[in-house]
Amino acid sequence: MVDITFGPEPGKRPDLTNPTESYIHQTRRKRLYGFILLMLFVALMAAGFRTAEDRNAGDFLSGLHQLGDFPAEVLSEAWSNRANLPGLVWQYLPSLLETINIAATATLLGAIAGAILALGATRNLARFPLLTPLYRRTADLLRAIPEIVIALILIFILGGGPIPAVLAIALHTAGALAKLFSESAENADLKPVEGLASTGAAWSQQIWLGILPQVAPNWLSYALLRFEINVRASAILGFVGSGGIGYDLKLAMQWGGGKYDQVVAIFALLFLAIIVFDQLSAYARNRLVKGQ
Amino acid sequence: MTDATYVSVQRRFQTRRLTAFAIPALILLYLTYICISFDIAGLAARARLDNAAILTADFVSYKTHVTRDNRSGDLTIAIEGESKGTYAPGQRPDWVQTSGDITRIDLGKGHLVTYDSTGARYVVPGYGTIDIQPEDGKLKLTAPQPTPDWINVGDTRISVTTPQGRFAYSRSKVETFKYQPGWELFFFTLDSPFYGKTYGQLTAMLMGDRIDPARSNLALMASDFWHNKMWHHADVAWALFETLLMAFLGTMGAALVALPLAFLAAANFAPFRAVRFAFRRVFDFLRGVDGLIWTIVLARAFGPGPMTGALAILLTDTGTFGKTFSETLENIDEKQVEGVRSTGAGALQRARFGVIPQIAPVLLSQVLYYLESNTRSATVIGAIVGGGIGLLLTQAIITQKDWEEVAYYMLLIVLMVMAMDTLSGWIRRKFIKG
Repeated sequence: MVDITFGPEPGKRPDLTNPTESYIHQTRRKRLYGFILLMLFVALMAAGFRTAEDRNAGDFLSGLHQLGDFPAEVLSEAWSNRANLPGLVWQYLPSLLETINIAATATLLGAIAGAILALGATRNLARFPLLTPLYRRTADLLRAIPEIVIALILIFILGGGPIPAVLAIALHTAGALAKLFSESAENADLKPVEGLASTGAAWSQQIWLGILPQVAPNWLSYALLRFEINVRASAILGFVGSGGIGYDLKLAMQWGGGKYDQVVAIFALLFLAIIVFDQLSAYARNRLVKGQ
Repeated sequence: MTDATYVSVQRRFQTRRLTAFAIPALILLYLTYICISFDIAGLAARARLDNAAILTADFVSYKTHVTRDNRSGDLTIAIEGESKGTYAPGQRPDWVQTSGDITRIDLGKGHLVTYDSTGARYVVPGYGTIDIQPEDGKLKLTAPQPTPDWINVGDTRISVTTPQGRFAYSRSKVETFKYQPGWELFFFTLDSPFYGKTYGQLTAMLMGDRIDPARSNLALMASDFWHNKMWHHADVAWALFETLLMAFLGTMGAALVALPLAFLAAANFAPFRAVRFAFRRVFDFLRGVDGLIWTIVLARAFGPGPMTGALAILLTDTGTFGKTFSETLENIDEKQVEGVRSTGAGALQRARFGVIPQIAPVLLSQVLYYLESNTRSATVIGAIVGGGIGLLLTQAIITQKDWEEVAYYMLLIVLMVMAMDTLSGWIRRKFIKG
């Protein structure tokens, strides 16, 4: 249909037995499909953007002018109170530490749970190969539940504080890491395991001595990457729920004008922490994966 | 074996043995510190297990309030106590029976509640009768002694909680909550002609005479379901769409913005080292500021809504994509570009025919991965900027009463993320592995 509608006019149909003409014909057709797909995509993006803009409180163009207003207002107020900033940074340091502790604990717990799930979900390593689908679906489910859902429900039961955030992030981390761990464990060499099995080693010893040393660099690198993500997640959860520097940010923001020096101190701490942990973890991951 | 190698092997064994103990010990030490700093010991005191019980019960069941106004004597029976779920007088369920002033409520398993003109009585099998009568503005309780802890007695309010339901008497009203399994009114509300019908009856109604002469019964049924006043299916579907829209616009927009910029940040394409350095720092900045801060700043300029959420995702991911795309560009095979160059192609044509075909599968795979992960982020961002299913979920949790709605939204979010996961996996397999 397409080549009748858009192709050369009837009567001058290309001779497809001629390889050159056939190639040109094929390319033209491919390009046409690509173009149609692109147009469709552009139309979809434009329509989607219009819909989103309609539902928004402010529209895009008028908002664009105000984009700098809030940062300017915040920064100018913070500048006039700049003498407070070092003190405020010092004051919010414990909250930042709490946010980082939430992320670290969640990554630690999530990595342990993820490793257990991964070992159960990897076909050639599992203790009970019949149960691998169960482990896999559990990991999928844990991965699919957003942290905020678990966090808000746990806040209702456990009250505020860092523990709901830790558990929420840890559950999601367990699911995400289980998938990555299991993928790298699938590629592990089974010869050490066979060697250990021949000496009569138990399953736990085979895994501990035969598999873990092989996958440890990869697993650690994934866990570090997850830690970077979790630092951000724990800041956001603090803002929506409770605990850590995110909560302080929410309190300072709710106050509005007059406490913008606090907002700036928190922004700066958060920004620095994210950059520092990104760099540290990138450096460590490079060393782990590419060797010394 | 020489002595030197023997010593060095011995030393390596020793350090290994040491680390094998040191690492678990360090982890344990850290967790101990966390236990103290997060006050795990105090958790037991703070935890509200009764809240957990309400929550799990509410997830899978609904309650019906049978309320009598003690001043006017009016009786209302309402699902979840909402006016939208109030039974019309002729429609009352068979476990509530009224004759004159007397109302009998059968909570099941022999639990009987009776309201009458003197007060109210609750018969609990194996315990006895709890009788409450107002006297001089106070409540007089007659019940077998000693009073168990599931009866809460105050001067102005007495409440009873049993596995079969809850009962509360105050001066102004007397209320009984009956719990029943399921999510009531999920399909049709009480005012719909289709309420309480079995599947067989519904099929028969589809074939039968028109209830509303203006449209077919199927259309009426669809509209009654879609505009269900308790569950708001239309609004929920729209919210899900809004969340997906935020993730789609943010991810795709970021990919479109980042692709040309990545050329300027890649070592083998950047015209000057300074340009490359500048763009790398811009990407680092966009990523480092993080979605949370972008969301807050953008919400101030554009107001709450899905566009703000989409733009926040767009900004953060422009940083991420800029970094990963430029890394991909640095790893391309130069030979193909050389080949295109030898035909006399310009810079744009070299990029289009020499570079893009090489990197397209990698880029597509990254974009799809982020699309899936952003569906989850869009739920959280929606809760902050006020759009999509994230907003509905946080509102439902904050009101702390409609937990079955929370369960419903959670289920929908999980299904949505899993669907996106499957879809992106399918596209990846289809387009990338051929």
